[in-house]
Amino acid sequence: MTLDGARRPKVVIEDLSKQFTSRGRPLSVLEDIALTVHDGEFVCFLGPSGCGKSTLLNIVAGFEPPSSGRVLIDGEAVRGPSRRRVFVFQEYGIFPWASVWDNVALGLRDRPAAEQREIIQRTIDLVGLTGFERSYPMELSGGMKQRVEVARALAVSPDVIYMDEPFGALDSLTRLTMRSELIRIWEQERKTILFVTHDVDESVQLADRVVVLSARPGRIAEVVEVGLQHPRDLGSPEYGAVKNRLYALLGVRHTI
Amino acid sequence: MSSPQDFELEQYEGYGWWPLAVIALALVAIFGSRRLAKPLQMVLLPASVALIGLMVWQLSCDLSGTKIFPTPEQTAGGMMQLLRDGTLWRYIVASLYRVTWGFVLAGAIGIPLGLWAGWSSRSFQAINPLIQGLRPISPIAWIPIAILWFGVGDGAAIFLIFLSSFFPIVVGTMAAVRNISLVHVRSAQNFGLEGFQLFRRVVLPASLPQIITGLRIALGVAWLVVVAAEMIAVNSGLGYLINDARNMGMRYDLVVAGMLVIGAIGIVLDLLIRRLERFDEVRWGYARG
Repeated sequence: MTLDGARRPKVVIEDLSKQFTSRGRPLSVLEDIALTVHDGEFVCFLGPSGCGKSTLLNIVAGFEPPSSGRVLIDGEAVRGPSRRRVFVFQEYGIFPWASVWDNVALGLRDRPAAEQREIIQRTIDLVGLTGFERSYPMELSGGMKQRVEVARALAVSPDVIYMDEPFGALDSLTRLTMRSELIRIWEQERKTILFVTHDVDESVQLADRVVVLSARPGRIAEVVEVGLQHPRDLGSPEYGAVKNRLYALLGVRHTI
Repeated sequence: MSSPQDFELEQYEGYGWWPLAVIALALVAIFGSRRLAKPLQMVLLPASVALIGLMVWQLSCDLSGTKIFPTPEQTAGGMMQLLRDGTLWRYIVASLYRVTWGFVLAGAIGIPLGLWAGWSSRSFQAINPLIQGLRPISPIAWIPIAILWFGVGDGAAIFLIFLSSFFPIVVGTMAAVRNISLVHVRSAQNFGLEGFQLFRRVVLPASLPQIITGLRIALGVAWLVVVAAEMIAVNSGLGYLINDARNMGMRYDLVVAGMLVIGAIGIVLDLLIRRLERFDEVRWGYARG
């Protein structure tokens, strides 16, 4: 944590809790979440299903209000979604009625036409969809659709990108490719990324830090520093050690 | 349409019609099971079934010895007569004119109303019960009121067609807007879409496939109701033709000819409106799997 002094806090979560009412009874989903994510950092939220990690991301993104506590971004309290902080959804949030080009253009409406064209083409090239500008989402594979969504987010040059199990619906090979693509783009653009997953491998492959959440009500069980350089060797003992630690924290035996 | 059958009738008279029907059934079985070229099969299979239908029709007339119900041949004759004296075209145009007006008015009022009531949950709460309560009332039940309000004429007929197509359109549009995926709404919020932009870029395109389905159902119902509407209120159109042919001399050949024309135009209308489903902007809404 010695580097932290030199890095600027970007997203600060202060004593955040969330309750829902379920069948007339209060249900506590998140309790006492406190965390600081630094500018340009890649943080994964890892936890079992139903631990409230998606709810946490939705609150941080401003789609839902917290029951108590608050979220500060650049020192300002979050009051709603903003174009400077873009959400990449679990199921495809891109618009099936619009072409790849028009989807990526969504957040650029206010820019001059020439600038729009330049940004859209550059972003589509960046995610490797060159040649598919006029295609519609239904003509694309699952991985390509998810690339469109990433492109749509990157096009507006957001400060922060929220990703809620974005690769969950993909097959395991495509998922691996998408992860290395995401790291490539992240190293190029250095956005702050908050990434929700229930996949231990995914978190170790991607994150600078992994925030492990307990089962409901979700609390931060531990924050694990991954401390490995990209590209990461998935067979190295260091990688295995972090993985074992996370499995232990989740209370799952790592042998079958 | 009928002359080859006369020939066959004479040929097979000793055995009745059954051998021919058996042959046609065999043709269906063959065309149905063999891997023929797809376009060929799409023509041959339904054509064979239609042929069987025609034969059953002819056979029923022969066996029952009816003097009133027309044979296929008499019906074809009636159709020729209507074509030759020009009434058929005049009546088709008259019916299409009423359906067009009723349907377009229903869309012009029903789509905006459905979009509004679908988007705002307060207006949905306010008007949905009324719509659901009026919807089950058959347009036929409105006939006396239609005559009272619009008199005997085009107005009443158009009003009935309007009523019949209004409800499928407004209900379909409302459901479409209410079914817009939360993920798409949140995407829109995330990228700062508001007001008219939100409507044009998300609400309308997201509901368009289901709106088109509503329009398709509505057009089908409108064409169903035009016959009833024209039986009571006007003196032209295909519904009028059917009623008039019966009243003015039991011309059942014209009755059946009119029915067949109504069916054929119904198919054409459905084919035309289904073309809307092919646009890139809405194709996603009909994809399977």
